[in-house]
Amino acid sequence: MNQEEVKRLKALARKFRREIVEMVYTAQSGHPGGSLSIIDVLTYLFFHEMEYPVQNRDIFSTDRLVMSKGHATPALYACLAEKGFFPEAELSRFRQIDSILQGHPENEFVPGVDVTTGSLGQGFPQAVGMALGMRLSGSERKVYAILGDGECQEGLIWEAAMSAGHYKTANLTVFVDLNGLQIDGNVKDVMNVNPVPDKFSASHWHVQEINGHDFNEINNAVRAAHKVTDKPSVVIAHTIKGKGVSFMENNYKFHGSPPNDEQYKIAMEELAP
Amino acid sequence: MEKKASRVAYGETLLELGKENPDIVVLDADLSGSTKTSLFAKEFPDRFFDMGIAEQNMITTAAGLATVGKIPFASSFAIFATGRAWEMLRQAVCLGNKNVKIVATHAGLTVGEDGATHQALEDIAVTRVLPNLTVIVPADYYETKSAIRFAAAYQGPVYIRLSRSATPVVFDENYEFTHKKAGILRKGKDVSIFACGVMVAEALQAAVRLEKDGINAEIINVSTLKPLDTETILKSVEKTGCAVTVEEHNIIGGLGSAVAETLSENHPAPLHRMGVIEKFGRSGKADDLLKAYHLTAEDVAKETMSFLKP
Ligand SMILES: Cc1ncc(C[n+]2csc(CCOP(=O)(O)OP(=O)(O)O)c2C)c(N)n1
Ligand SMILES: [Mg+2]
Repeated sequence: MNQEEVKRLKALARKFRREIVEMVYTAQSGHPGGSLSIIDVLTYLFFHEMEYPVQNRDIFSTDRLVMSKGHATPALYACLAEKGFFPEAELSRFRQIDSILQGHPENEFVPGVDVTTGSLGQGFPQAVGMALGMRLSGSERKVYAILGDGECQEGLIWEAAMSAGHYKTANLTVFVDLNGLQIDGNVKDVMNVNPVPDKFSASHWHVQEINGHDFNEINNAVRAAHKVTDKPSVVIAHTIKGKGVSFMENNYKFHGSPPNDEQYKIAMEELAP
Repeated sequence: MEKKASRVAYGETLLELGKENPDIVVLDADLSGSTKTSLFAKEFPDRFFDMGIAEQNMITTAAGLATVGKIPFASSFAIFATGRAWEMLRQAVCLGNKNVKIVATHAGLTVGEDGATHQALEDIAVTRVLPNLTVIVPADYYETKSAIRFAAAYQGPVYIRLSRSATPVVFDENYEFTHKKAGILRKGKDVSIFACGVMVAEALQAAVRLEKDGINAEIINVSTLKPLDTETILKSVEKTGCAVTVEEHNIIGGLGSAVAETLSENHPAPLHRMGVIEKFGRSGKADDLLKAYHLTAEDVAKETMSFLKP
């Protein structure tokens, strides 16, 4: 990936970070931490990698992305608005009663969302089903799923991993947002799910580990994943929860809490274009 | 009117109980700050088990703890505690008849902004159907305190449904929850309004409005959904001749169904069920959602009026 492209993606991600903070601040509700940790991966996938048309989304021309850690809607909605699925102005109505932008992604409400998530663990198996179905239909397009590291504590995650490994869904690439935090604290203290990479290896997956904020590393990992033809791929993305806003970084309190007026101001200054 | 969240009552009472009874243990699934089990966790770290985001494992582990003499309280949001882990609740807890207390918060529309995925509108239906399980929906902060104490003392599985939002207080600290007993909070002769949970306060306000229109409503707090106090329900309707039910739940399977079953078998009478009808919830502020789903005091008064005088 050339430097110009990296620059372009960085600027986009920065804009999305502002929108994430803005949405959660305006709604006074929502999940900033896990949105900021995954926005670089999402920016890369939506604006460099995937075929993700707004119209004519048939399985032969459209890649799919499942936000299994559904609470990161601010990140997802910022990307979908930029893609043109709905006007950017809708972002300011996030989580309000008459908005299409539900607190968690619902395919019946939000254009560009294929499956409903928010109950942790349920996005990943739906992505496996999509990968199986697309392969069966002869589609060459890819399926991506985004998992939280806390989410990996759900048994369902490992049932999905087992089945994807078993059925060798090479058209499926999963990112684990390994930010080390969940709601009650550090993942390793609440319920140690580590080592996540080894668990995927044991389930017959192709495993890579990267810095989830480095566009070159993300790009290389996706290129490598697509070369694997007999296994599903997982990219363990080491990230910082709250990345980009100093007081939110590595602070579990900003998992699901909005910034106040003062914090909002500081955040927007730090993320200025 | 004073407003307090029932989940706060849970956290406080659990902490008191922890001091009184060393057999009480608590499990949570990464929501201890929200369910308020964090108060217990801080004081009794050895008797608190954060199971991580693994509700099925939490409920089944609780059954194991109960088997060796502990009194486990297991908590999460209502949708995950009863939905995700339903079959574990059925097999390990209820079929096994274990002394497990499932106290779930964030039930109903008043979850607010998190939206449909987090708003349990079906939990009473899926718990009420389980043999051995006692199902309690406290009306407010004070009834919650007393119901939690009851659950700790009672031998057998109990499900208690709590809310996220601060809602009007109906009782005071002297109130005592009575098992299997529906409470008549206001006597009346024209219509019996049965309510549970946060709808009890709305029903009481509706009664005041109805009085102005010359309708004398009897308000009954049905906090124990199972076993149901059919005697109180029937007595009231034998007097008033008709019934309205109000719940922050789907009208299928919850309070409305329970009252309908009781009336049609014993004393058929006109019935109007209020609740969520063939819908999921959605995002929005709790108060706005109650308005949008026609579950405010004003709605209860209006619908009762047109039910009585079509
Ligand atoms: C089945 C289920 N249980 C509990 C929750 C509540 N919840 C929402 S986010 C979250 C923590 C998620 O942590 P992680 O997966 O690490 O996400 P991230 O750190 O990326 O935000 C929990 C417990 C849920 N949404 N679904
Ligand atoms: Mg995490």
